[in-house]
Amino acid sequence: MPLIQVKQLVKVFGHDPARALPLLDQGWSKERIFKETRLTVGVNRADFTVEQGEIFVIMGLSGSGKSTLIRLLNRLIEPTAGEILWNGTDIVKMSASELRQFRREHMAMVFQKFALFPHRTVLQNAAFGLEVRGIEKKKRMELALEALRLVGLEQWADSRPDQLSGGMQQRVGLARAIANDPDVLLMDEAFSALDPLIRKDMQDELLELQGKMHKTIIFITHDLDEALRIGDRIALMKDGAIVQIGTPEEILMNPADDYVERFIQDVDFSKVLTASHVMRKAETVTPERGPRVALQLMRDRGVSSLYVTDKSMKLLGVLTAEEASEAARGNLAITEVMQREVPRVGPDALLADLFEQMAESRLPLAVVDDNNRLLGIVLKGAVLSALAGHAVRETEVVGG
Amino acid sequence: MNIPKLPLGDWIETLERWLEDHLDPLFDMIRLIIGSMTDAFYAGLTAVPAVVIMILISLIAWKIVNLRLALFAFAGLALIHNLNLWEPSMQSLALVLTASILSIALGIPIGIACARSNALQHAVMPMLDFMQTMPAFVYLLPAVSFFSLGVVPGVIASVIFAIPPTIRLTNLGIRQVPQDLVEAADAFGSTPLQKLVKLQMPIALPTIMAGINQTIMLSLSMVVIASMIGAQGVGAYVYRAVTQAKTGVGFEAGIAIVIIAILLDRLTQGAVKRKKS
Repeated sequence: MPLIQVKQLVKVFGHDPARALPLLDQGWSKERIFKETRLTVGVNRADFTVEQGEIFVIMGLSGSGKSTLIRLLNRLIEPTAGEILWNGTDIVKMSASELRQFRREHMAMVFQKFALFPHRTVLQNAAFGLEVRGIEKKKRMELALEALRLVGLEQWADSRPDQLSGGMQQRVGLARAIANDPDVLLMDEAFSALDPLIRKDMQDELLELQGKMHKTIIFITHDLDEALRIGDRIALMKDGAIVQIGTPEEILMNPADDYVERFIQDVDFSKVLTASHVMRKAETVTPERGPRVALQLMRDRGVSSLYVTDKSMKLLGVLTAEEASEAARGNLAITEVMQREVPRVGPDALLADLFEQMAESRLPLAVVDDNNRLLGIVLKGAVLSALAGHAVRETEVVGG
Repeated sequence: MNIPKLPLGDWIETLERWLEDHLDPLFDMIRLIIGSMTDAFYAGLTAVPAVVIMILISLIAWKIVNLRLALFAFAGLALIHNLNLWEPSMQSLALVLTASILSIALGIPIGIACARSNALQHAVMPMLDFMQTMPAFVYLLPAVSFFSLGVVPGVIASVIFAIPPTIRLTNLGIRQVPQDLVEAADAFGSTPLQKLVKLQMPIALPTIMAGINQTIMLSLSMVVIASMIGAQGVGAYVYRAVTQAKTGVGFEAGIAIVIIAILLDRLTQGAVKRKKS
């Protein structure tokens, strides 16, 4: 079961908002409803699920309803209609005290403008959630300090928030949220107020933290690059409605409609897509099979070279057709004729960083993991077509 | 056309008599509480030799403001003593302290309640305007009829006149707490009381203190008016000087009030600044 299931969630602002519900069902647009009833549709029948441990990004331009949507999840804004199921329990139906308990234990929030308490020290800020829960002082200071250590700010524990830079302040915001050890982190444009370089650092840091914490993160942003960088899945919002939900690749490769397409047209794919996005399966051979088998394989598969690996897929080298026939003629072993120098990259290498290596080599790039195990290969054609925004099809055979 | 005059005055006097008849035990209790508060302050301020109080106040001034105010405090209080106005000044101070403490004790909760409820705010604010603009002399009369002559109706009149700034600025200070901070406190599951104690009051404190400062100054400004209904103190000297056209006595007593005013003002402002830094 998904951790969070949002069903037909609606928020309408204005007097007697329930009036808008039948109109939404009739398919009236946000503009038309506003024109005729003076009601503002904030969120229009949002449906989505969030799985345990994923980073779910909700993105959209300002006014698309994303900030409203995230506040509906912990009911900082009361929904007009719909359900938010948390492990099957409807958050919308919780009483005030149940909701408080839920906020204390399960769902913490990080804010765009940090929202740190200026009259408290960094440590006291980080301890706020624990204090509200009634954790005794010594214990909560310990936990808060631990959270500060995680974000690298323990030496600033006794400073005031206004003595810190923006990036550091947001780390405190993050520490305050994780000190509580919640199941879900709600991050409302958490990095939008930061400089681009700092923002990128924070994104990296969040991903690193997430590698340790395995929280479920719901992240709001208006920045597509950010969404693509950190999101496991992305929901795109327009006029209060979700127009597409998918992995970053699905959204880039198969935009659901014109809106999404316009959205992604300015994306620099080379800085978003990685080698693992465009790589295809490599044709491989183990050395003991001999050069003749290798030649036969090349003919069958229609390729002019094979990657030589051991049984655990560790990359040993590359064997071209000429080298294979030379070995066959001279009764040599594959390992004697193959080229051991193979250009290789990690699966997370950005396409932008592959260009230079591709230009220098006639061979496709081998994608290997940290243990030198061959994961796949990247062909020039695949990179170019991905940059042009086309799907990389498995059947596409491009010479290496 | 001849529209008869509304018997507004009669109505008010009827109401006054009704209150007098039915709420007498309540008024007695209030009189007892306020009377004993002022007595206690006065007793405390005069239990020790004047010079002890002078040194004490100077030390407080030094601690929370600076040495200059400490020197001013000592010189000013010594002057009051020299003018033979020490005891009446302490009587007035007892009245001011009682009125201020009551104003703060009532005003802050009312201000908090107003900040939480727009309806209450809209009901209370016009009343505060009324209380501040109605000439203070006017409610001396019902105060006397409920509490008889003396310091108690003086304190009551002072509270009515002086409480509005504390209510207004408590309300304002809490409402001015940035929305995102309130949201953060809510998001972490604060109860309304936790939000008030851990966030709203600390952030609003400088504003509330500014209100308290004004309240103290306004209650001090009532000492002369309170003397008209029998409150003893340095205000009575001013009032007597006015009725007897004794310029010298009037100025002496006036200067004593000014000295106390400056001290109370700087001390309360200093407390705010200290809190801020």
